Amino acid sequence: MEVVRLRVNGDERACGVPAHYTLLEALRYGLGLTGSKQGCDKGDCGACTVIVDGRAVLSCITPVWEAEGKDVRTVEGLANGTETHPVQDEFDLNGAAQCGFCTPGILCSSVALLDRNPSPTRDEIRAALAGNLCRCTGYAKIYDAVEAAADRLGG
Amino acid sequence: MKRLSTIGRPMRKVDGLAKATGRARYTDDIRLPGMLHGRILRSPHPHARIVAVDTSRAEALEGVHAVVTGRDMPTAYGIIPWTPDEYPLCVDKVRYIGDGVAAVAAVDEDAAIAALDLIDVTYEELPAYLDPHEAIAAEDGPYIHEPRKPGWSGNVTKVVKLEFGDVDERLADADLVVEGEYFFEGTTHTPIEPHCAIGLAEGDGKLTVWSATQVPHYLHRELARVLEVDPAKVRVIQPSVGGAFGGKSEPFDLEFCVAKLSMMTGRPVKILYTREEVFYAHRGRHPFHMRYRTGATREGMLTSVDAEIVLDGGAYASFGLVTTYYSGQLLTAPYQMPAYRFHSTRAYTNKPACGPKRGHGSVQPRFAIEVQLDRIAERLEIDPIELRRRNFIGANTRTVNDLRVTSNGFLECLEEVERASGWKRKHRRLPYGRGVGVAGSTYITGTNYPIYPNDMPQSGVQLQVDRSGRVSVFSGASEIGQGVDSMVAYVVAEELGVPLEHIRVLAGDTDFTPVDLGAYSSRVTFMLGNACIEASRKLKAKVQGAVAEAWDSKPREVLLAGGWAVRAGDTGTSMPLRQAFNLAEAKFGTLGATGSYNTPKDVHGSYRGATIGASPAYSFTAHVAEVEVDPETGFVTVEKIWIAHDCGRALNPVLVAGQMEGSAYMGFAEALMEEQIFKSADQGREGLHNAPSLLDYRIPTSLDTPELESLIVESIDPEGPYGAKEAGEGPLHPSIPAIANAIHDAVGVRMDALPFSPPRVWRAIRDEEERRRAAAPSGRVAVAGGVK
Repeated sequence: MEVVRLRVNGDERACGVPAHYTLLEALRYGLGLTGSKQGCDKGDCGACTVIVDGRAVLSCITPVWEAEGKDVRTVEGLANGTETHPVQDEFDLNGAAQCGFCTPGILCSSVALLDRNPSPTRDEIRAALAGNLCRCTGYAKIYDAVEAAADRLGG
Repeated sequence: MKRLSTIGRPMRKVDGLAKATGRARYTDDIRLPGMLHGRILRSPHPHARIVAVDTSRAEALEGVHAVVTGRDMPTAYGIIPWTPDEYPLCVDKVRYIGDGVAAVAAVDEDAAIAALDLIDVTYEELPAYLDPHEAIAAEDGPYIHEPRKPGWSGNVTKVVKLEFGDVDERLADADLVVEGEYFFEGTTHTPIEPHCAIGLAEGDGKLTVWSATQVPHYLHRELARVLEVDPAKVRVIQPSVGGAFGGKSEPFDLEFCVAKLSMMTGRPVKILYTREEVFYAHRGRHPFHMRYRTGATREGMLTSVDAEIVLDGGAYASFGLVTTYYSGQLLTAPYQMPAYRFHSTRAYTNKPACGPKRGHGSVQPRFAIEVQLDRIAERLEIDPIELRRRNFIGANTRTVNDLRVTSNGFLECLEEVERASGWKRKHRRLPYGRGVGVAGSTYITGTNYPIYPNDMPQSGVQLQVDRSGRVSVFSGASEIGQGVDSMVAYVVAEELGVPLEHIRVLAGDTDFTPVDLGAYSSRVTFMLGNACIEASRKLKAKVQGAVAEAWDSKPREVLLAGGWAVRAGDTGTSMPLRQAFNLAEAKFGTLGATGSYNTPKDVHGSYRGATIGASPAYSFTAHVAEVEVDPETGFVTVEKIWIAHDCGRALNPVLVAGQMEGSAYMGFAEALMEEQIFKSADQGREGLHNAPSLLDYRIPTSLDTPELESLIVESIDPEGPYGAKEAGEGPLHPSIPAIANAIHDAVGVRMDALPFSPPRVWRAIRDEEERRRAAAPSGRVAVAGGVK
């Protein structure tokens, strides 16, 4: 076990991890932040996507040590206190989450997109979500939700 | 019907916010104090006898708490009670690469993985069958399973031969007979959440299993039976499930293993499948080898259909007995069919077991028949939509195999896709390389019989009212993302006039919910929805009675809506619903009610097998797909799919459209991309899964998926809750044949084998060019587009 220090959702956290841990394992098993999901454990599905220094990153293939000293945001950190992020609210309104398992990763990819491009086209949304597999929706309602959120954010 | 306030409107889901904030808890998110981690050792051979298993070295490893093998759980099980042919872990034989042999519980995953390497298994390899035809042909063995009866083949799960009307006579009389051979490659569900289970055996004999299952009730029964635990002491909890699609609808090895390992260690044990193991667990779409002969009159009226089907079942029966029936039984609508025969044989092979995937057993024959219809339309020069219209079976009728059909909005579905897609200006009119295709289908809204025969309700629900005005709904149904918990809340809100935020749906725990048979066969909205209406109306009658007494009016004059009790025709007389509930509690005692549903008995015929495929109602669907085919590469791009679906009534149109889009997406994926395939001996490793990963088993990303347009059709079923039928599986069926027919419209080739991958399409185009070249009289090459 070694101690890794992470800045997650604004909190400085320290946790003991085996040296081979990924960022996803540290989040889920070390810090109890189970919002980020493990769907394949090899970077294929995108359910583990978190935001590291503003970029959407696959936490299941990111060694935990690479996240040290960086700013990590997970699905648990997207809301502003009690106020949900517009993307979260629009996912609910638009039926963009069915089983919800890919949702945390898709939300992180979407927020990372909107933070750098406040008014993305549908093709830009498609491209930004190309690393997140969703097996339920056929993606259509997800695009609707991201577009509606962009409108609400004034993009 | 009175004006509806909640039903039919786009409402939030009861779990929408939890899922959008990462708070929804899935099985792998649960961590219990002292929990051990388990792993399962899997067979490296497709077919072998287990000579010996030595676990001593693994048991001696630091951190290992228990090792279990097949001999510790030697009771056979199977989701269908007539075909119990598998064990929690293999006892004497392994039947596919990936079959479970032993399981370990250790302090952490690392130790569990290390322990697997220390289990010594001695195998005696046996010849493997990868081809179902070879398995069937080996009448005298060697067999994959012991024959169930003397004289039967141990390589065949089930044979079904049924004939309705005189097929041969009608074929002989037909103006046109079209023959076709089709192959539907197997595909798998690929939920993004891998299967996961936790077992907790407590000192008092209680056993709790948390599992990502879509059938908690059946799991409850099988855990008790196989592990020899009193079923009254078994509790199954189903947390949020991250996708299922039929792939979590029977017990799996991990659920028995976590329970047994916990019983042995006294500690909670979790097993999470790796993605690779999800591909081995499978139970997905059967590969089908199909031969069809379809007769028609000059006017395009079907006279007869003759089908011969071989199902490649994989290593175990799973739902295969039902699949074998469904392969034929579900084809008899939405078109009239005066004579119909099918002969289906399900073979065992040494590959992961196939089972039910979204549109169980009927997606494959639907592909074949809809391409057959397109061929008939082409030969007779009738518009393919018109041909389907002419053969419409109608509403309130019975099919040739005696299924009772009630509401039927198929004609409206055809109209919708014809209009929305601009069909008339596109079909046979687009330039070479571009085309449109149409297909139709039907699907069951719940199966009319439970898996184990009994006369008890198929769905049940219980309501409980709190003095605060909150209504709790105890629902045994499985929320797997389709929105059943929300459906339950909408119905109760509608009936009792309770605001949605005052309804709590408590589900997925066999300790406190009435039995619902599970999330399969598109049964839940229809069956549980009706149960909710019944329970709500019982409760409502009490509330109306109590309030009427206070107002000195008649119960029927008491209306419940918008959180208030209001006197009809006198809006000045009203009270908050909470007060009305309190009056009722004072008058009748603690307030609650139950409701249940059972299918009527007149929905099927009386021949052997008549119940399989019968449903209280049927949904109907039509698709038009528009494609672009690159003749140089064989690459097919689906530009758009228009999906019209008769769901009876859309209880929440957003959720219905979500099911339609998700279905069409999944069908599209099977048409163009997905293949659950295995290596041959020539490829180095007989029976090894070709690509058990999400990178190599290609499911569509956002960039692959076409534009999808949902067109909801409401036929208002006489028996459905508010007229609702299913929407979760039916809308998948036409995607595949619609795309096949569109490819024909685009480049003039018939795609009769799935998937329509670039090499196959390219080859078909080349073959067609060759054929034309050979047929051209003066040696001149006919331009491919010229035949239009």
